[in-house]
Amino acid sequence: VTADFRPTVEHYLALFEPRGVVVAGASTHPGKFGFVALHNILASGYPGRVFPTNREGGDILDVPALTDLDDVPPGEADLVFVCTPAATNPGLLRQAAERGIRAAFIASAGYGEAGEDGIRAQAELVELAAELDMLVVGPNGQGVVSTPARLCAQIVAPYPPPGRISVVSQSGNFVSSFENYARASGVGIARAVSCGNAAQVGVVDFLEFYAEDPETDVALAYVEGITDGRRFYERLRAVCEQMPVVLVKGGATSGGARAAASHTGSLATDDRVFDGMCRQAGAVRATTIEEAYEVAATFATQPLPKGPGVVVVSTAGGWGVVTADALSRTELDLLPMPADLKAELDTKLPPRWSRNNPIDLAGSETKDTIPDVLATATRHPDVDAVIFLGMGIQGNTAKMEREGPFYPDHGLERIVAFHERQEHRYAAAASELIDELHKPVLTATELATSEPDNAAVQGVVESGRYCYPSSNRAVGALARLWQYSRWRQRREE
Amino acid sequence: MATLSEHASKELLGRHGVPLAPERLAATAAEAADAADAVGYPVVAKLCGDAIAHKTERGLVRLGLGDADAVRAAATDLLAAATPDDGDVSVLVAPMVSGSRELIAGLSRDPQFGMTVMVGVGGILAEAVADVAIRLVPITRVDAEDMLDDLATQKLLGEFRGEPALDRQAMVDVLVGLSAAAEADPSIVSADLNPLIVVDGRPIAVDALVELEGAS
Repeated sequence: VTADFRPTVEHYLALFEPRGVVVAGASTHPGKFGFVALHNILASGYPGRVFPTNREGGDILDVPALTDLDDVPPGEADLVFVCTPAATNPGLLRQAAERGIRAAFIASAGYGEAGEDGIRAQAELVELAAELDMLVVGPNGQGVVSTPARLCAQIVAPYPPPGRISVVSQSGNFVSSFENYARASGVGIARAVSCGNAAQVGVVDFLEFYAEDPETDVALAYVEGITDGRRFYERLRAVCEQMPVVLVKGGATSGGARAAASHTGSLATDDRVFDGMCRQAGAVRATTIEEAYEVAATFATQPLPKGPGVVVVSTAGGWGVVTADALSRTELDLLPMPADLKAELDTKLPPRWSRNNPIDLAGSETKDTIPDVLATATRHPDVDAVIFLGMGIQGNTAKMEREGPFYPDHGLERIVAFHERQEHRYAAAASELIDELHKPVLTATELATSEPDNAAVQGVVESGRYCYPSSNRAVGALARLWQYSRWRQRREE
Repeated sequence: MATLSEHASKELLGRHGVPLAPERLAATAAEAADAADAVGYPVVAKLCGDAIAHKTERGLVRLGLGDADAVRAAATDLLAAATPDDGDVSVLVAPMVSGSRELIAGLSRDPQFGMTVMVGVGGILAEAVADVAIRLVPITRVDAEDMLDDLATQKLLGEFRGEPALDRQAMVDVLVGLSAAAEADPSIVSADLNPLIVVDGRPIAVDALVELEGAS
């Protein structure tokens, strides 16, 4: 943020929860950003008033276009989404301010990324915004999403399901990527914004708003370049003291760093310094976009573990073994089986169970075994978190039987329904234990990606949790929760 | 930029709480023998001066001196080996320390994040292993503990070949001391404690080099 103007919470609410939206430069041409932005706002069911502006007037997507921004009724719109050429924008922002608009998202290109004239235009934009007391996001950004307001003001797809993750990105396409992961996993997004050239506000400004935002539980940021490293660190740390931040940085390798410098025009730094800075600030750094979303989804759907002790519950031996391997590569511990837990499980299971952690049921389960064992293990005071494997087998059998030539005869209808019901029970049981005991319980199966309509996967999604596509991915995500939890614990002692 | 002598480097860092082994500076061979008597045998003798950075390469380090005669002879040789370019020189006498584990620690300035403090695994394979943890100055004791936890080679920090585990609090003292030195003296450009030899679990800085801003 430039020296003399700092947007307030009210400015950010004008962006994320506007009473009405003006789409400046709305177009009748379906190939233009000014069309797509209007389309996406309307198609996602934004309940407020929408005012397209177009010099020609007429209807666009059945909404009457205003020929002049001055025709917007005062106080009816808080946000202007700008798709007009850069040269017309200063006048347009003055008009918008006159109508009571406090926030502008500028999708227009032709600024800092476009030579000396563009750099000058961008500097003037920032000065004008301060003069007008206006939050200006971008320019050259892809848009803003806010599911609590049903707002999808972006020139790209998709509109994500609602959730507790809020995204800020220095690269617009990664906002789309995160939204795609939200749709795929069912773990949704509260706010998402692409900062474009970040002329007035950048990643850390949005992180600070998210820390104050009641709709946000975890922030997810993509960064490439940082201009004031020391200040970035101090502000990031203050945010992490309030809320987990998952951060992925482009340009971590020397080849990537050169690419990032030319993309954002910022100075390359030793990646080990950046990594240490993140750890010191309490930010959880992910290596990939995919991992970043998964870790953020974990923060959004699981409580923080109070310690590193993990119990693995599995219906097959091999799964437990590889999960034990994965745990040993992290700072989590495979909890040595507590004697009283072993004795309690002995009363519930036939003798062929593993009698150790991982708890391998070895095919000994009957109708109520899995929910019962899961509850017993999660309740034990030494257990900080549980990883549950073996979901989906019954659902997968059910699917093959349902789609086979014999269904619904030969008793298949009944058994298929039973299997699918059981999978939903397991997912619900895991979810209820999380709420009751405030301990993480993560479920993993490759069916999350191979058969996303599997009853178990659907059960997990319906319970509002994330279904991990492998046990090692579940372990990785849980390890990052423990990293953050420990960071906080050590600083509260 | 100007470098400080090993002794001056250690004095500067020691003032901010970096723990160091006892050592003495001697102007003559006779003083060197007295210094050795005081710190205890065996000792190491090194030629020391602000302009001398690469002592080992120039053969200006004598190890494992067991008695006063050996110290006198070594000190005489070292003082004779000084060239006019070395400026004012003296002989640094310190107890010989040995251990199978070496760490490194230091300060350096990052162009984006400013002064940073570093800890890493030392020894001849240090560069290849590249097992280091970095934080921004200033650090707290908790930050320093996190740094030690961040090192991948944790086995080196536990009990090792019959030697006790690294005294982590002593290593935290080193890192917090470095951070305090950098905060107190903004003219510090970089500092290297290389190596810190782990003796009975305690990290002992056997060499130190501080670079300061400005001309010498």
